Amino acid sequence: MINNIILIAGNELRRFFKSPLAWVILALVQFLVAIFFYVPLITYLQPASVASGLTDAVVSTMYGFAAYIILMISPLITMRLIAEERQLGTIKLLFSSPITITEIVLGKFFGITIFYMLILILITLMPASLLFGTHLDLGQVASAFIGLLLLMTSIASIGLFLSSLTNSPAIAAISTFGVLFFLLIITIGGTNSSLKTAEIVSYLSLVSHYNNFLSGLFNSIDIFYYIILTIFFIILCIWRLDTERIYG
Amino acid sequence: MKKNKPLISANDLSRFYGQVRAIENVSFVLPHGEILGLLGPNGAGKSTTMQIICGVIAANNGSVNIAGYDIQDAPQQAKQNIGFLPEQLPLYNDLTVDEYLFYTAKLRGVKKVNLSEKVTSCKKRCGLETSGNRLIQNLSKGYKQRVGIAQAIIHTPAVIILDEPTSGLDPKQILEIRKLMLELSIDHSIMLSTHILSEVEAICDRVLIINNGSIVLDQYLKELLANGDSLESTFMRLTEDSNQ
Repeated sequence: MINNIILIAGNELRRFFKSPLAWVILALVQFLVAIFFYVPLITYLQPASVASGLTDAVVSTMYGFAAYIILMISPLITMRLIAEERQLGTIKLLFSSPITITEIVLGKFFGITIFYMLILILITLMPASLLFGTHLDLGQVASAFIGLLLLMTSIASIGLFLSSLTNSPAIAAISTFGVLFFLLIITIGGTNSSLKTAEIVSYLSLVSHYNNFLSGLFNSIDIFYYIILTIFFIILCIWRLDTERIYG
Repeated sequence: MKKNKPLISANDLSRFYGQVRAIENVSFVLPHGEILGLLGPNGAGKSTTMQIICGVIAANNGSVNIAGYDIQDAPQQAKQNIGFLPEQLPLYNDLTVDEYLFYTAKLRGVKKVNLSEKVTSCKKRCGLETSGNRLIQNLSKGYKQRVGIAQAIIHTPAVIILDEPTSGLDPKQILEIRKLMLELSIDHSIMLSTHILSEVEAICDRVLIINNGSIVLDQYLKELLANGDSLESTFMRLTEDSNQ
């Protein structure tokens, strides 16, 4: 079981890094996040700055924007996962091998999660560099780090599921973008209204839970929100592939 | 696994895509050491039958038994005994031949200790000795086909199932692949589908003709030819009412 998951995850990563896409994504995310690290840092260093503290002003701001950038770029990371296997016909290789659909899906999920972790570690190097010159609230940094990791796993599982619905990576990408963007903007709907529904809508938003992590609030509810979301879409993906074998 | 037991036994297989019937009540057996040729017009249900046997899709009705294991109840054990080459070659173009074969060997459950030995011997069999470091996307169609066959035999399965293994190849490559299949039939059972009647005559022991989703002929080639019929006339007669 574990061996097969590692095998599929390894193959996924290997093939991803063979395409220029993986490298371009790593470079692009790093560059864009660096802007949102550099600008708050320069602003903070102004003598007139009234910011509360370095961690809040720079590190949390950076992680906050990093989430948006990753949301935007994620469809390109997850689009190929299953859609491309179908397009290439290699899905038949997987289905005729002595492995289960659960192993295929989990392998794909962990493979891409490792890629997300690489992004996360690379962008965390920027706030870590501040440690040479000053003190940071490491608890708050850790909270933001874990928050972003959880956000990434749920984004990965949503992308994985949507990729399992089609045989065209482009369609998987655009539908993933739609779903992620929707889960992003419903926060706005939630903040400007006093209705009860607004509260529910805002609760479902991907970002509202993340904001708690950014401010250093390590809430078990927020952790469960992301874990449940991740597991939910992984199960949907397994069901989808199973159904395809029976009816498709 | 007993020698005299059939390696594949398919019983009353039916499969529907929505309202469309792909195959209905397909039953046959494949004993040890035989090459079975599956013939039929396009859309007759050849690929569907092969995919059901390999567990790629499930049958709505009926059962498949591979080397004593039911494909639904014990899919892992059953699939370990099958090597499948789908019509569309299941290749990752961005991998090298070696990377691809090592990956498929591990997928098929080849033990770590045997891994490089199996890959080497499999490459030798398929004439890929010098192509190990080449990217699959740079290979010619004939070599891609060889890689496709290599992934199907890498774990030395009891049954090899090949869906149109010679389509799109030049005459020389076709002969090479046929020679390879004859070599493989010494210690594997092979089931292959094709459109080329002469291919069946050249290498198959038994022929199965499928038309509009049902089997219309299941006979040893020798018997068929002994009756004075040619394969071509039999095929034309039996597939006259084809939907295509």
